[in-house]
Amino acid sequence: MTALSLKNVNKSFGPVHVLKDINLEVEDGEFVVFVGPSGCGKSTLLRVIAGLEDATSGEIHIAGEQVNLTPPSKRGIAMVFQSYALYPHLNVRGNMTLALKQERQPKAVIEERVAEASRMLGLEPYLDRYPSELSGGQRQRVAIGRAIVRQPKLFLFDEPLSNLDAALRMNTRIEIANLHRQLSASMIYVTHDQTEAMTLADKIVVLRDGRVEQIGSPMELYNDPANRFVAGFLGAPSMNFLPAEALNPGDPREMGIRPEDIRLEGGGPIAGRVSHVEQLGGDTNVILETPSAPLTIRLFGQHDIRAGQDARFGFDPSRAYYFDEGGQRLR
Amino acid sequence: MNKARSNPLNTFAMHGALILYTLIALFPVFVILINSFKTRKAIFREPLALPDADSFSLIGYQTVMKQGDFFLYFQNSMIVTVASLTLVLLFGAMAAYALSEYKFRGSTLLGLYLALGIMIPIRIGTVAILEMMVASGLVNTLWALILVYTAQGLPLAVFILSEFMKQVSDDLKNAGRIDGLSEYTIFFRLVLPLVRPAMATVAVFNMIPIWNDLWFPLILAPAEETKTLTLGSQVFIGQFVTNWNAVLSALSLAILPVLVLYMIFSRQLIRGITSGAVK
Repeated sequence: MTALSLKNVNKSFGPVHVLKDINLEVEDGEFVVFVGPSGCGKSTLLRVIAGLEDATSGEIHIAGEQVNLTPPSKRGIAMVFQSYALYPHLNVRGNMTLALKQERQPKAVIEERVAEASRMLGLEPYLDRYPSELSGGQRQRVAIGRAIVRQPKLFLFDEPLSNLDAALRMNTRIEIANLHRQLSASMIYVTHDQTEAMTLADKIVVLRDGRVEQIGSPMELYNDPANRFVAGFLGAPSMNFLPAEALNPGDPREMGIRPEDIRLEGGGPIAGRVSHVEQLGGDTNVILETPSAPLTIRLFGQHDIRAGQDARFGFDPSRAYYFDEGGQRLR
Repeated sequence: MNKARSNPLNTFAMHGALILYTLIALFPVFVILINSFKTRKAIFREPLALPDADSFSLIGYQTVMKQGDFFLYFQNSMIVTVASLTLVLLFGAMAAYALSEYKFRGSTLLGLYLALGIMIPIRIGTVAILEMMVASGLVNTLWALILVYTAQGLPLAVFILSEFMKQVSDDLKNAGRIDGLSEYTIFFRLVLPLVRPAMATVAVFNMIPIWNDLWFPLILAPAEETKTLTLGSQVFIGQFVTNWNAVLSALSLAILPVLVLYMIFSRQLIRGITSGAVK
């Protein structure tokens, strides 16, 4: 069964065409991440799915039912917002039960679901506190709890981690992944952070300027990007791009090499001057100035390389990607 | 903590300035209060002296209580002020929410139109208002005053509140929509509590001119049973003789309810509950 299917969805704000012919299928239990730079339309797409914005054209089906005209509360979705959006006048329990009370669920059901969700999220000690008395991470968990109790057909997450600090972000990321395993629910997750996308997703949808650039599993996108944009967007540090003629005179294509596919090699074809070195312990990142473009090189382990020295590097030609002028991948 | 704030010299200077300002602001009130407890002669002999055994007198208050139906005036003023404020806040907030939340054709124009009232004094329309009130039979009723004050207060209320409502997080309203709250519930339960400080500001801004107004009560509702406190106090001010004891006593009494209302609203200015809603 498909949890969500979008057919030729378009959205315009006046003359501004924000979403262009979006087609997408989300299978039951799938974790789908929308990723892209800011302004690419990923949040708008999520809001169209939620029903907070109307699609200008196209069809939206949730669990097999067309929902274009269904109000958000009847679409069988729950949403977690970047700013948490907890109700300030209600305590944690009140925040979690409000939607169920609106649906007129019996009291026993409400209590059972709140107990279940607060157990999963470790919120039991905080049920009687107000949002202003909670820390950022706790608030985010309440927001997630508020979504869980509704037992939606589809979870929508709108950049839920971007207000958390780095350490908490990683913990919460793992928590969300665990939650997805436990609930085996369909989830859509919007982020601009490619690490979150890579670590959480079953399927990544890369968006740019309101268009889907590529859909696939994280490793498919990483190993087999359809174009220069996807290649450059996924992976950190991001892929190096240089004109292929720098290494192979007369070649009009653009070449892309991932930083980790370049290695130290005495007689290697890439020569340049090291402009900066980042020693991370496990990895060493080297920025190399070459005549054609600066390259980022990720060496595993620790290396004694200093800024200002000349160095030569080599790479495995089979790991290089080639793109045409329009940025499309050439295979 | 801010460095400038923790400096004792700065703290001292800041408090000094504030105390000085408070003294200046309270001085007229203080003079009114002390003189309302003095005999007529003592008021003129030494206006700034505190009432002592010799000059103490409650004659002013006695006059006020005897002459005219002071409690009725008081009640009228209270009804008019509270009813007008309620209507201004209710309709002002609703209009502001509509203008800030829903973008529809002409919403900007409508917002400007509503704000235009700030620039045009309502008293220019007094004659037309009086004609309208006569035509609708509302002359000498409290409704005449309530309606006029509501109209007078709305432009500023809409203007201020719509600015504040734009700042209320969209996520919060959307969370309510997804949870199945109606637009009215979102407005009353989520948005209004968050703009309470702005509501209190609007209330305070509107309250004092309404309470103190002499113009409209005199023109629209001068009848004995609809007189407001300000209008009622005017009986003591004559063209040739003014009963200062009574005037000062009436003014002292008139300050009290505004003070109480002000304290209620200023409490609301403290945010407290709103922090932690978002972010």
